[in-house]
Amino acid sequence: MPSKSAGLAGRTFAVYAKDIRLELRTRYGLNAILMFGITTLAVVSFSLGQSGLSPKLLAALFWIIIFFSAMSGLAQVFIREEESGTALALRLTADPDAIYLGKLFFNLTLLSVMVVIITPLFFIFTDAPAGNVGRFVVVLVLGVLGLCGATTLVAAIIAKASVKGALFSVLSFPILVPLLITLTAATEKIFDGLTFTSVSAELQFLTAYAVVMITASVLLFKFVWQE
Amino acid sequence: MYTLKASQLAKRFGARKVFSDIDFQLHTGQSLAVVGPNGSGKSTLLKVLVSLLRPARGRVEYAEDGRPMDETTIRNRLSFVAPYLNLYDHLTAEENLRFFCTVGGHRVTGKEINGLLAGVGLEGRGHDLVDGYSSGMKQRLKYAVALLGDPDFLFLDEPGSNLDEQGREMIRALIEKRRQSSIVVIATNEPQEVGLAEQICRLGG
Repeated sequence: MPSKSAGLAGRTFAVYAKDIRLELRTRYGLNAILMFGITTLAVVSFSLGQSGLSPKLLAALFWIIIFFSAMSGLAQVFIREEESGTALALRLTADPDAIYLGKLFFNLTLLSVMVVIITPLFFIFTDAPAGNVGRFVVVLVLGVLGLCGATTLVAAIIAKASVKGALFSVLSFPILVPLLITLTAATEKIFDGLTFTSVSAELQFLTAYAVVMITASVLLFKFVWQE
Repeated sequence: MYTLKASQLAKRFGARKVFSDIDFQLHTGQSLAVVGPNGSGKSTLLKVLVSLLRPARGRVEYAEDGRPMDETTIRNRLSFVAPYLNLYDHLTAEENLRFFCTVGGHRVTGKEINGLLAGVGLEGRGHDLVDGYSSGMKQRLKYAVALLGDPDFLFLDEPGSNLDEQGREMIRALIEKRRQSSIVVIATNEPQEVGLAEQICRLGG
């Protein structure tokens, strides 16, 4: 049989495509994330009403919904491998870099789908001021990148533990606090209709956070994944 | 010519010693049976050999023509079949084969996939989800995955588990064929499977 090596991109795509295919057939992660997001959004909107909420409170509520929804689903990408006994086969066969990047892209896709569905619903239910849509999308993209960059490695760490769900939130929270504070501050300014210059410091931090988290995760994943 | 060498291997879980002072050297065309009672560490030894576990002491060395092999090359040239090593239930047999082929750094054609499936008695079942397979069929599929890329190191933990007599006969024939061109390590207590190996490593006293 010919033995021609597929590159890192090909192997990463194979891991990503496999996870997407499994997700479309089982919907473990997407169902968990969406149900949590929609339920939380519904509770928030019914209890607080549609008017009179400050941009600061709306921004905080928005990222609380995204954060807890992400916590309910992003760890599935490694937990599923451990619980179904496929992690060993993957560990033996695949390059750790390809596994991490494939799983990161999968989590990015999962959280992006969730954000695309939840964000319009948030604006409808809470009557939040949209501000500048372009700037808000930039903050959303950086937020999704930061959340997935930080939590995908934590998901690999907790996948073998017996109390996975609780441990995932406990380990992720300290890493995500600076991200969530900055995301909330940037979103508040956008809801307030402030200029691009006024959120530039937050955008720089969010970009740096995402780059640092993803780079550190790529470097550390091999040690987390192997034993 | 490939070489697998274990030197002074020892493994313990906490205070419990599993095995110690395991030494052997195998070259292409040679095979080893690891035997011993339940709990003697047969599966643990295989996991240490394929780097799924770290030894407490000692070394495992892979070499090609006397030169040490790097981690990536070892991963591409090694296959492992075990009852606790599962494939993806929600993928079809063909999707599983294509996935492990790509991440393992190999390329495979549809004809080769059909040939692999036919070789383990799963012809015509390539488009079925593995979830619908019996445990014996899953074990057969693991052998098809293990043969991807023509491995030079083949590790088999309880190779006949979940298989009917026809399946066991097929696996014995496969081991007989593979040991001509590969290094084969089998963890088993089945006399017929032990008989396929030239060297024996006894664990548990």
